[in-house]
Amino acid sequence: MSNRKSTPYVLVLPAWVWLAMFFVVPIGGMLSLSLTTGNVVTGFQQTFEVGNYVEAVGTYWEQIVRSLFYGGCATLLCIVIGYPMAYWIAFRGGAHKSTYLLLILLPFFVSFVLRTISWRFLLADNGVVLGTLKSIGLIPSDAAVLNSSPAVILGLAYNFLPFMVLPIYAVLERMDPRLVEAAHDLYAGRVQAFLRVILPVSLPGVFAGVLMTFIPTSSDYVNSSVLGGTHNTMIGNVIQTQYLVNNNYPIASAITFVLMGLLLAGIFSYARALGTERVMEVHA
Amino acid sequence: MSTGVHTPTEPAPRTPEGTGPGRRPARARRRTDWGRLYTIAVLAWLFLPILFMVAFSFNDPAGRHNITWQGFTLRWYQDALAYPDLNQAMFNSVSIALLTMVISGVLGTLLGLALGRFTFRGKQLTNLVMFSAISAPEVVIGAALLSTFLMMNVTTGYWTTVVSHVMFCVSFVAITVRARVITLDPRLEEAARDLGAGPFTTFRLVTLPMLFPAVMSGGLLAFALSIDDYIITSFVSGDVTTFPLWIWGTTRVGIPPQVNVMGTLLFLVGVILAVANVISSRRRR
Repeated sequence: MSNRKSTPYVLVLPAWVWLAMFFVVPIGGMLSLSLTTGNVVTGFQQTFEVGNYVEAVGTYWEQIVRSLFYGGCATLLCIVIGYPMAYWIAFRGGAHKSTYLLLILLPFFVSFVLRTISWRFLLADNGVVLGTLKSIGLIPSDAAVLNSSPAVILGLAYNFLPFMVLPIYAVLERMDPRLVEAAHDLYAGRVQAFLRVILPVSLPGVFAGVLMTFIPTSSDYVNSSVLGGTHNTMIGNVIQTQYLVNNNYPIASAITFVLMGLLLAGIFSYARALGTERVMEVHA
Repeated sequence: MSTGVHTPTEPAPRTPEGTGPGRRPARARRRTDWGRLYTIAVLAWLFLPILFMVAFSFNDPAGRHNITWQGFTLRWYQDALAYPDLNQAMFNSVSIALLTMVISGVLGTLLGLALGRFTFRGKQLTNLVMFSAISAPEVVIGAALLSTFLMMNVTTGYWTTVVSHVMFCVSFVAITVRARVITLDPRLEEAARDLGAGPFTTFRLVTLPMLFPAVMSGGLLAFALSIDDYIITSFVSGDVTTFPLWIWGTTRVGIPPQVNVMGTLLFLVGVILAVANVISSRRRR
């Protein structure tokens, strides 16, 4: 490539235009829509109607709290399940590291919706799992898993586990092994070496993983509609219904902004608690 | 990334095998490797619903609900194209994913090249926007795009879907390509120029071939993200139906086994592509 000053701008221009037109502008557009009044028939007037936000939070606080709770539980589950796996692949995976990573990613080739619906069938009251257990009398015949909050949380953790494993793996894999050797030389046991050396080094990966699981899990509505029945609706369900079924755009966009604001606030306080500079170097 | 596996963060320089913190004396190796068993158990969990889907593509269900095992049949494979609107949805999904792959592949490669090679004004802002586009909740992106299309009086449908898919894929391609660009030796391009190659010849004969594995990985990732997407698509696709949307629509009345067949075939294509990508990048090394 030539080193003329204009080269980088020519290269980024198409992507800039695309991201500006279809990401930056739409987010702004939604902000302005969230401050309008009116409906589909009469049109929407820009009245800077802050009341939309009051109404959104007042009506749907239950779903908001539930979403953050389910997202939090699923994220914790992903850390608990995913960290040991990332650790093992990074340190003990040997020559098969990339095979394991590929295996983690392969389920993505089956549609997210289809995998979630498969869980619904697997866990159905007379499905493969429960039906078998019932026929051999291991569980009572009225036992059910579906349409409960654990079903939704498990579904969320299932769908987003790879997003936790991969960033943790990435930091552990590029960690300098001499750090651990040094810890052992200084008489640290395995537990001490893990707590004082490996864990702190891997925190940026955990942070990235938490971002990449908490954001999509707490705003998801596929798992709660497929696995949660009617009593476990999350904020994503509300947004989807208000937009696509009720066409109540002002309220819908206000809820969307509340969700975004909560997530941003959560991320920033979480980043502060962990120490921002260290954490952001993963993304820089 | 040379392994052909995409991780969302930068690639890690490889530590030589066996020198990781976990190296153990040989005598310890005979014990049960609980870590391996654990990893395999988690992988089994990840594959369980897929196994179910594949197995039940061979099931001969009694009623409308393909949930309990009744008997083996190949009927659904012979009869895979029995639902015209399912075929149309599948065609839409694949063609949208291909278009997304090509457009976001080109835009993302150029962006990744610029980010990996040059310093320029607005680089930080570009990183920030890319990061936001990747991490913003899908429901927020879908809602924002629909709001904009509504306000601009754009009828949602096939092309709004393509445009939206390219938007959320372009950052992933750019990150994959940037990771590769950073590892390239700029002196190779200087050498090409010293030998009299112009900027475009250098790009075509030197830069692009070296970037190719990353461009392929990025493109594959874009294809996979696009064909899998449900949430954003459900907001911006209007009357156009894609494969995930069609499945969603038929959940209540019972999903026909043809969906399992198509899901299985799609999964097979994915496996073949992934394996081919790994093999080709191994050979290149």
